[in-house]
Amino acid sequence: MNRTSPGGESRPDPDQLLAHVQAEEARANRGKLRIFFGASAGVGKTFSMLEAARVVKAAGTDVVIGYLEPHGRVETERLAEGLERLPTLAVSYRGIVRHEFDLDAALARRPGILLVDELAHSNLTGGVPQPRHPKRWQDIEEVLEAGINVWTTVNVQHIESLNDLIYQTTGVRQSETLPDRVFDEADNIELIDLPADDLLARLQAGKVYVADAAAATAVERFFRKPNLMALREIALRRVAERVEAASRALHPERARARIAGERILVAVGPDDQAEQLVRAGKRMADAMAARWTVVYVETPALLHLSDADRNRRIDVLRLAESLGAETVTLDGPSAAAALLEYAQTRRATRLVVGAPKRRAWKAWVRPSTSTHLVRNARGFDVVVIAPAGGPPASPSSAARPGSQSLPQTIRWERYGWALGVSAMSTLLAFAMYPRFELSNLAMVYLLGVTVAGLRLGRGPSALTAVVNVTAFAFCFVPPRFTFAISDVQYVITFAAMLTIGLVISTLTANVRRQTSVAGARERRTAMLYAMSRELAVTRGIEEIARVAVRHVAEVFQCSAVVLLPDEEGKLRRPSGAPTESSFRGADLAVAQWVGDHGRRAGLGSDTLPAAPALYVPLGDEQRHSGVLAVLPTNPRRVLLPEQSHLLDTFAGQIGLAIERARLADVAQTSSLAAERESLRNTLLASISHDLRTPLAVMAGAASTLAERGEALDAHLRATLAASIERKAREMSDLVSNVLDLTRFQSGQVALLRDWQWLEDLVGAALERLEERLKDHAVDLNLPPDLPPVHVDAGLIVQVFANLLDNIAKYTPAGTHARVNAAVEGSLVRVVVEDEGPGFPPGDPEQLFEKFQRGSGESAVAGAGLGLAICRAIVRAHGGEIEAHRREGGGARFEFTLPTGESA
Amino acid sequence: MTEAMHQILVIEDEPAIRNVLKVLLEAERYRVIEADSALRAEIETRSHKPDLLILDLGLPDGDGQAIIRRVRAWSPVPIIVLSARAMEEQKIAALDGGADDYVTKPFSAPELLARVRAALRRNVRGPEQTSALKLGPLELDLAKREARTPSAEVHLTPLEYRVLECLARHLGAIVTQNQLIREVWGPERLGDSRGLRVCIKSLRAKIEPNPHKPRYLITEAGLGYRLRADET
Repeated sequence: MNRTSPGGESRPDPDQLLAHVQAEEARANRGKLRIFFGASAGVGKTFSMLEAARVVKAAGTDVVIGYLEPHGRVETERLAEGLERLPTLAVSYRGIVRHEFDLDAALARRPGILLVDELAHSNLTGGVPQPRHPKRWQDIEEVLEAGINVWTTVNVQHIESLNDLIYQTTGVRQSETLPDRVFDEADNIELIDLPADDLLARLQAGKVYVADAAAATAVERFFRKPNLMALREIALRRVAERVEAASRALHPERARARIAGERILVAVGPDDQAEQLVRAGKRMADAMAARWTVVYVETPALLHLSDADRNRRIDVLRLAESLGAETVTLDGPSAAAALLEYAQTRRATRLVVGAPKRRAWKAWVRPSTSTHLVRNARGFDVVVIAPAGGPPASPSSAARPGSQSLPQTIRWERYGWALGVSAMSTLLAFAMYPRFELSNLAMVYLLGVTVAGLRLGRGPSALTAVVNVTAFAFCFVPPRFTFAISDVQYVITFAAMLTIGLVISTLTANVRRQTSVAGARERRTAMLYAMSRELAVTRGIEEIARVAVRHVAEVFQCSAVVLLPDEEGKLRRPSGAPTESSFRGADLAVAQWVGDHGRRAGLGSDTLPAAPALYVPLGDEQRHSGVLAVLPTNPRRVLLPEQSHLLDTFAGQIGLAIERARLADVAQTSSLAAERESLRNTLLASISHDLRTPLAVMAGAASTLAERGEALDAHLRATLAASIERKAREMSDLVSNVLDLTRFQSGQVALLRDWQWLEDLVGAALERLEERLKDHAVDLNLPPDLPPVHVDAGLIVQVFANLLDNIAKYTPAGTHARVNAAVEGSLVRVVVEDEGPGFPPGDPEQLFEKFQRGSGESAVAGAGLGLAICRAIVRAHGGEIEAHRREGGGARFEFTLPTGESA
Repeated sequence: MTEAMHQILVIEDEPAIRNVLKVLLEAERYRVIEADSALRAEIETRSHKPDLLILDLGLPDGDGQAIIRRVRAWSPVPIIVLSARAMEEQKIAALDGGADDYVTKPFSAPELLARVRAALRRNVRGPEQTSALKLGPLELDLAKREARTPSAEVHLTPLEYRVLECLARHLGAIVTQNQLIREVWGPERLGDSRGLRVCIKSLRAKIEPNPHKPRYLITEAGLGYRLRADET
């Protein structure tokens, strides 16, 4: 594995080249995205798009308008005339009907080029009909996947990573944003550039669309010359960056920095600055062509965040993922320590943090996270980002319905305990007062404060401290029973007591929180471990799915279902009976989409986020093992990031287990095939021996009769003829046995069951073997009240015939044999035994193996298939057959058959 | 064999087996006609009006079952089916379709000849002659519904009479379970063989010297029953 050339200059990694080629292939099948990009509204993007469309239309390309913003401008409408327009989709939302781009109509129409305005547009999630994706760009992704070329328009302020920058420049925040990835992956960017003065002139001429009159003042503030110039600059720079990125991609040696070089960590907290940090990280990563990771540290203090803050944290991490970052959640007592350790292990080159917001005196007591990081960073830079100007107006900080944070419940009884501790301390102090010094009494009170600090939490322990100090001062410090204090030194006692109480209670509370963080982590690990362990010992895919559903339902308090693909990859519902935790109403179409794309859909995901259930793929895109659908009773159970990650981990484990079971199935099938192959070989070897011997006899005898028949006397002729017949019969039996066994092994035997008298069956076998058993005495001891058995008569006769034939073959003439039967519950136990020489040494069980004979290679004919066939027949009837040594010598076969009663 | 030369049509596509059958039957002084296909079988049956058909079920140009159906449409000529083992379902279908008996390949000469004799005798005697039967020491007069041994009278229930009578009509040949149930119990009881089995068991207790080793009322496992009279 030496990939370094003599010059030490490294060649492109073949894996990377392969990935590159595969990406190129995927692109080849994908539609091309062309973006008409402008600095602001009014520069003429839609106009240019339509103009270009008319040109290619004239050249014969199939151009169709998927959606145009209904700005109602005359020039635009005139340009659109003569181009085919797809019908729009009427979506009603809270009583208002809006016309939206119809994704399915576009997919059905399959034009050569589809025109869709405003790529950053948000669909009406919650409208009727429910849009498939929350964002238009996701719709367009699907159109592109389908191989349709798309032309669209984008304004610079909609680019996700430029959101803050533009807010800071213009004071207007855009809520509709477009991930940079979509912009960067566009095949063609057409910059529609218009100088600010021209734009303002157009605005004055009324040629620029203004969304609604109420926003007119905002628009006025927006369309100022400095703003427009700044926006134009940002847009030009963004396009320039893209051009540079494209040229970098052409020269991989320049891009190698991305693999070997920079890694940026962005540390975010639960505060307003998080989004700004993420966007800053994105710009930095782009500029440096670096990989970047957004890190959130869950410290004990942050466990008590309100729901709104937790939700915001989810949003921030999602935003980071949509911008192309890897996201990580760390646990630890101190954010700074966790970040330092992580940065060092991941070899980060740059750590981006927000500016400290602590007030000066507090910062002096305990340095903020950023200060701590700056002081202790080794081997990487720390970049502190100043908070953005302007009023913080994060869209996600808006209150969500039903997510108000509940006030922390105050445990009043603890304050009661706190007072109790004080009372106890005072009582004890009174008891000690006559004999001990005052300083020792102070110790008693200190003990009380310590106990309160350890057991009761911060508030109650502070109360204990205050009450104890007061009681001590009042009761014991001279002058007694006044609050007057003669000696200044007791002030120190008070201060110390109060401080100790607070310090101990704070420490204890931290330890407790830390424990609960660790406990939660441990519980998650334990739950995962419990499932993995059970899955590891579960056999069969269906059974694995059942076990998985039970665990998932328990951990996430939801109903769940594992949908498995059939041979054609179509997902189907489980065939087994549903349990109480089964989720029955899973949408197979959504699940199929999830399976095919290897991406989540439903509740809280990018696709169909308003659906009540969440669909998670099991395994990766190439080999999807199925889809896990969960319907949580409380959506937060699966939406919180740690729960969401846990669900992914569960899905991963389930996917692995299913994959493993599938591989085991494959392995078993192939080992079965191998076994069958070896059986066939043994069979051929054995049969060819057993067929050749009688054939030799027959050919010899027959030719003798033909050639020398005249010369032989009648007796000799009869003997030869008889030997021919006997050998022919042996061969016939052998062939029948082989055929029977083959039929059983290929599972082609359908039992023709009916009620039969056992004595009929034995009788038929005895009749068939009459000739062969003429020198043996076979007794039939069947109880007269034996119920009929429910069996295939022909096959059971065969069992008796084989067993009796063995007696004829392997026991000397005159041997006694018996057939007995007795009822045993819903079965009849049949015993066939003889008083012959019995089995050879060894386990009689081996006799049921194919090609096993009691006495090895011998003159006795037969390939040793008889008992194997008996076992196959008896088992097919749901019974069992065993061989035993008979007491007093001889062989004994026992088998069970179902009676009519049980059928 | 004092009867005049009986004609037997052998329908078999395998020349070797046809040849063996021809030699065997001609040695017993039967006249043998051969057919190697379903089509020839039809022609020979109509032109020669044979006394017995020996039919191989696996013919290349047609289903043996179809031949049985077509012959039975116009003739009661006895049909003996030749079949391989492990073709139980086909055997039952052939017998239910009107075949009189079957012989499993490979067959032995005495077995085949016994079946042929029984079938021809039945054909010669006709139904009115079957009413008196002798099964060992037991004498049966089905017309009078009487059964007796030299020492005592044997009492048979009406059902037992009807089963015995049905078997006696096909003396020496197989009567399938379905045939018996249809004729004695009625078509609505088809598929429920329990009554039949109880009846057979009690019949054996009455007519067989040793019911555990029946000599006259023979079970053809999975197919049906056969009443066998002592050969004269």
